[in-house]
Amino acid sequence: MQISEVVRGRFRNIRRGALGDTLFQWLTSLVAIGVVALLGVIAVVLLIAASASIQTFGPSFLTGMTWDSVADVYGAVPFVSGTLVTSALALLIGVPISLGVAIFLSELAPAKVRVPLTYVVELLAAVPSVVYGLWGIFVLAPAMANVIEPGLQGVLGFLPIFQGTPRGADKFAAGVILAIMIIPTISAVSREALRAVPQSQREAALSLGATRWESTRLAVLRYARAGIFGAIVLGLGRAVGETMAVTMMIGNSNGISLSLLDPGQTIASLIANNFGEGGPVSLQKSALIELGLVLMLMSLVINVFARLMVSRVLRRGEGGAE
Amino acid sequence: MSTGAEEMAARRPRRSRRGVLWIAMGAIVVAAVILGAGALSGWFSSSAITLVGAGATFPDPLIRKWSSAYVTVTGVRVNYQAVGSGAGISQITAKTVDFAGSDAPLSATERAAAPGLLHIPETLGAVTAAYNLPGIPSGLNLTGDILVYMFLGSTSPSGITMWNDPSIAAVNPGVSLPAQAISVVHRSDGSGTTFVWTSYLHLANSAWNTSLVGKNPAWPVGIGAQGNAGVAGKILQTPYSIGYVELAYTVQNSMTVAKIENPAGNFVLPSLASTASAAAAAAPTLPTSDGDWNGVSILMAPGAGSYPVSSLTYLLVYKELNAIGPSMTQARAKALVDFIWWAVSAQCPTAPATCDGQSYSTALVYVPLPQSVVTLDEQGLRNVTFNGQTLRT
Repeated sequence: MQISEVVRGRFRNIRRGALGDTLFQWLTSLVAIGVVALLGVIAVVLLIAASASIQTFGPSFLTGMTWDSVADVYGAVPFVSGTLVTSALALLIGVPISLGVAIFLSELAPAKVRVPLTYVVELLAAVPSVVYGLWGIFVLAPAMANVIEPGLQGVLGFLPIFQGTPRGADKFAAGVILAIMIIPTISAVSREALRAVPQSQREAALSLGATRWESTRLAVLRYARAGIFGAIVLGLGRAVGETMAVTMMIGNSNGISLSLLDPGQTIASLIANNFGEGGPVSLQKSALIELGLVLMLMSLVINVFARLMVSRVLRRGEGGAE
Repeated sequence: MSTGAEEMAARRPRRSRRGVLWIAMGAIVVAAVILGAGALSGWFSSSAITLVGAGATFPDPLIRKWSSAYVTVTGVRVNYQAVGSGAGISQITAKTVDFAGSDAPLSATERAAAPGLLHIPETLGAVTAAYNLPGIPSGLNLTGDILVYMFLGSTSPSGITMWNDPSIAAVNPGVSLPAQAISVVHRSDGSGTTFVWTSYLHLANSAWNTSLVGKNPAWPVGIGAQGNAGVAGKILQTPYSIGYVELAYTVQNSMTVAKIENPAGNFVLPSLASTASAAAAAAPTLPTSDGDWNGVSILMAPGAGSYPVSSLTYLLVYKELNAIGPSMTQARAKALVDFIWWAVSAQCPTAPATCDGQSYSTALVYVPLPQSVVTLDEQGLRNVTFNGQTLRT
């Protein structure tokens, strides 16, 4: 307010400039409102397109176990569970590795290594997912089918989640490719959170006689935990919505099974597989769009959560080492 | 710090220069529009007819070949969009295209929604059982029963899950079958190929019940892959797998395929000849173009050398072309009927440049229509009218 008054006073004589300012303000507001309106319009259009499915199945859509385009009966459970299972697996594998990378980059690496490595990690986050998928099909899937999955079965084969024939196109393989894809995201954001920890924290811990590891664990990780949590949730957001690489790795089967070595389907991969199908008014298309709404809602919840966590850590980081 | 007035003074010359620039740009734009409009109107007034079609992806390479050959013969362009059979049917029902392509005949509800659509079979396909068994070449003998129980897998009490199953060994004496689990590969997207394959499985053995017959049924077992190319790739990559793939793709990818037992009791390798034989054998049972094709197929056709998983693919056109609406004219209607007539005909009178549509089939691994089906198509096309007038006799 104050600043804009000062500016107006300074340039009072320039009529054209004042008009320009007003125009500029209107234009930017319009664009900003437009983004919000766009989200609203997308939601409304999806709701309308999904209405046939919502009316036909009601809440039973969310508990339905089958997806059968012959009988025209659709349920969300196989795909919601597929999405959750692969994402959870991705976090299970990806988070420890990401944290290791982040701690190394922020706490341990000498500057000569840190700078190029940070750059590489950030570059990895920008690789298109279809490239990961291609690599997955030609490198990861054979390795999974021939080495990793039989090995896992040899050790943990008694568990119900490791039953079946390893084929390299299953929920486990999809989880692994997702883990690889979210590692750069989680590493990069966690590193930022670790760097925001005030230097005095580390110095205090070290001066009390803590080892490097104790100082990192007690002073740094603890201080940055909200930011790290935000990073993990951002990674989860990417895993939940990831389409191409998962479609190429998950085996695309619409059934439900307990074993991670059976093929499955996520919401995103089902939509990618089936969107070309059905006429403009088919119930299947409507059900697909309703699944899209479910996915949008899941992503929205995750993103809001992440935003809250990140803003919390940013506030804490004020006056820190930066 | 300069005052506002000084700033204005300083900017004035720049402003006028910019004005000149604007005028120049404006002139260029106006000139471009005039020239462009002239060129466009010249292009449009050259009376080139473009026919628009949409539908099945299976015949797309052949139709594109026809399109490029036909434009050099007649100047008529054919623009076919391979959007899938279902999407093609909905577009011809909405009358946004001149013709559609579909691998499956119209169902009762589809036919009711678009009355007056003719089925013109334009080429043939075969669906192969392609497998990846290290050391075993093409020609493993399989029966319909074996395929059904393989594709039911562990969900059926009599399902076949191992390659060395006694029922497979019984029809393959002397072949050493591996003691390995069978990996079934199927399409993950809706597809005419899937419709043909599941219809065949149901015909072969009703243990594959009707709820599993469709363009994208709820598969009991197996890994899904997108498109014929995706399934072919997955089979090639996965040892001990089996899946169903269009003949053209198995030829292109040099895949090993099974001999399937036909109703005459012979194990037949999929080929252009064995598929053509199936179509010729089934031709007498086919309805006329304006008849009800719902449920019609050339699966399990009679004949000693007929491949049992053969299918027709159809062009769909309105019998009375004024149904399309104002975009259809006498000239376009005539061009449409002439094109389809040319496409289904196999005449190749003098030079290769004047050959008709079917003569392009073999090179692209499509099966040329047998003469009996061509005759059926020609009868259908003779019935096509525009405002009541016949277009071709």
